[in-house]
Amino acid sequence: MTRTNLMAGTILASALATGAAAQTELSMWYHGAGNEVESDIINGIVNDFNESQEEWRVSLQSFPQGSYNDSVIAAALAGNLPDILDVDGPVMPNWAWSGYLQPLPIDEAIIENFLPGTKGEWDGKLYSIGLWDAAVAMVTRQSYLEEHGIRIPTLEEPWTLEEFDAALVTLKDSGDFQYPLDLGMAWTGEWYPYAFSPFLQSFGGDIVDRETYTTAEGALNGDAAVEFGEWWQSLFERDLVPGTSQDPADRENGFVEGKYAISWNGNWAAMNILNEFGEDTLFLPAPDFGNGPVIGAASWQFGVSASSEHPEGAAAFIEFALQDEYLAAFSNGIGLIPPTESAAAMTENYKDGGPMAVFYDLSESQAKLRPVTPGYVVAAKVFEKALADIANGADVVDTLDAAVDEIDADIERNQGYGH
Amino acid sequence: MSRSRLTQSNRAGWAMALPGFGLIAVFIILPFFFAFGLSFTNQRLISPNPTEWVGLDNYRQLMGMGVLTLEPERDDEGTLIRDEDGALAYPRLRNFTRGNPDYAHLDGMREWLSWSWGENQVVVLARDVVFMTAIVNTLTFVLIVAPVQAALALGLALLINQRLRGINIFRTIYFMPVVVSIVVVSLLWRFIYDGNDGLLNNILSAVTFGAFEPVDWLGNPDTALPAIMAMSIWQAVGFHMVIWLAGLQTISPTLYEAAEIEGTSRWQTFRYVTWPGLRNTAVLILIVITMQAFALFAQIDVMTGGGPLDSTQTIVFQAVERGYGKQDISGGSTISVLLFLLVLTISLIQRYLTRERN
Repeated sequence: MTRTNLMAGTILASALATGAAAQTELSMWYHGAGNEVESDIINGIVNDFNESQEEWRVSLQSFPQGSYNDSVIAAALAGNLPDILDVDGPVMPNWAWSGYLQPLPIDEAIIENFLPGTKGEWDGKLYSIGLWDAAVAMVTRQSYLEEHGIRIPTLEEPWTLEEFDAALVTLKDSGDFQYPLDLGMAWTGEWYPYAFSPFLQSFGGDIVDRETYTTAEGALNGDAAVEFGEWWQSLFERDLVPGTSQDPADRENGFVEGKYAISWNGNWAAMNILNEFGEDTLFLPAPDFGNGPVIGAASWQFGVSASSEHPEGAAAFIEFALQDEYLAAFSNGIGLIPPTESAAAMTENYKDGGPMAVFYDLSESQAKLRPVTPGYVVAAKVFEKALADIANGADVVDTLDAAVDEIDADIERNQGYGH
Repeated sequence: MSRSRLTQSNRAGWAMALPGFGLIAVFIILPFFFAFGLSFTNQRLISPNPTEWVGLDNYRQLMGMGVLTLEPERDDEGTLIRDEDGALAYPRLRNFTRGNPDYAHLDGMREWLSWSWGENQVVVLARDVVFMTAIVNTLTFVLIVAPVQAALALGLALLINQRLRGINIFRTIYFMPVVVSIVVVSLLWRFIYDGNDGLLNNILSAVTFGAFEPVDWLGNPDTALPAIMAMSIWQAVGFHMVIWLAGLQTISPTLYEAAEIEGTSRWQTFRYVTWPGLRNTAVLILIVITMQAFALFAQIDVMTGGGPLDSTQTIVFQAVERGYGKQDISGGSTISVLLFLLVLTISLIQRYLTRERN
């Protein structure tokens, strides 16, 4: 057989194969490999979608979360992006700006009632939509607070800085705990900007200046930021929280084992704690450090790659996945916050009076998006290092200045990231 | 010598070498030239902006340095201001390095080193303090790890180069850490070094009957790098032990017999028979360890991420962190080129120092 014949044969064979399937193939990437419950849910959605119509056939490929972003970037550089991919909320503007994502062509009416943190908007256009949101809370036990005479804060009246600080000192002086507060310093990476930049924002600072998005000067090294930095450093100096070398195992189990009195932790860890302490568990709102209590918004979201030849098919799948029953399934399976009230009502934990319903309220009332800019990816890394260095005793002002310089230099090298 | 046999009627040989040469060219030589070229541009990992030629900007950004002499602050009458401990007060550096038009050449720099000079304080500023720290850390690592690891490996090789029952068990035990992935080893050592109830702290406090104060080995800037050195030496010592062992076994037994007849002591045997026989092995091991030590990355990535307070930053870690983490491929490339020049220089010096002297 000559080479031409061979090729003709291959083309014929593949044409036959496609003809037999009659559905157009859509590839999809997902970050949740390794979690069985999560895989079952997402596979269920894909199967339901493939059976519900004749036109499209989604094939799913899952990656471990740790290497997911690298895989996407490598694929984008090689021009091999899938049609549908999921993206971490704060990273989305970076991918949209780089031209990896295209605006999401779905009916806006569907997502009207979604929590604001689940909508990935950049440059005035919707690029991604989340099937859930996440929230963090000060997790503790009612009995701990009552025993030490500490007021239980509410959404309307959260702890103030003085009150919160005094509570930590009281808990420390009781000698009942290794540390009064666990911030999760062992979770390096996105946890730092996600969990700690809201503290900075509540003090009145920010990672970058959101007015212009062209500098961090004044936001990350202004008076408010320096005040935050000094308080942050004092937490470690006074041994109120475990430092950067915290054992990851302690982060996972320290609170349940009674080593820590309060844990700054996400709703994804709540199931485990509820199982242990039941009714005694409290999920408390973030303290108000002066400019209102803030927690981070946005989790993983779905979008359509710019190179997709069938954006309408990809959008059809995403619209299909946005049904309440699937939103509720993710929530029931892995404890995530459903993005709509109607879906929340279908879940065990988030329905009215459910044990985790408070997270829905937190997400609704306190959640603030991380800076919506393509430069966030780098700024987040710089912020993480600055916080770790300050925790380890570096000079607060110099460290924040250096972080500002690095962020500004990066923005400049990227010609303002399109702002 | 006439024309090398390599170039003559040796097609089969070249054909067999081609896959290897091809892979090396595609994955090592070509990327190297890429890195060299990219280090003169502002190439990003991902960006819609066009790549621009920036000349030596990246090098200036990494290597830029400046010196500033700070005079102590005086009050209105000109007397020196001292704090409660009698220490002099100096103006804050940020007054000079942030938007001060009189010191534009220092703009954006940070303090790297400083010392007192009479009343004044001399401050060495660097544009990229983290990178400077990374260079110093890497050189420290190489200077300590290379000789210690080579010596320990030689010691182990001498120990296991004996005909004893069960000697293979020892060989296997010493070699085992080499076979285990460095990432796994690093993870395990994180538990060993844990500050609260790590194995090392427990052993030390048991041995000293509780007198030993637990140390947060990886969380303390003073102990983090030494801790990683100790672990790295332990992990790779088996590999070099095997190379030494191979060297030892090439030494002819007749030499030892002759030495024994001459009535040499154990030390004399080592000094005049074993050591000269290991010359080439020693050169090889020194160069290999030096190169491996310069490439220090996985341990840092898994165990400390460069912290605490930059005490474990290394050159390769910075290259990866910038190129991938911060999407700055040109910055990462520049670091790689500088590392290449550094390693090349040191290898040439080593070659010169260990050359055959007749």
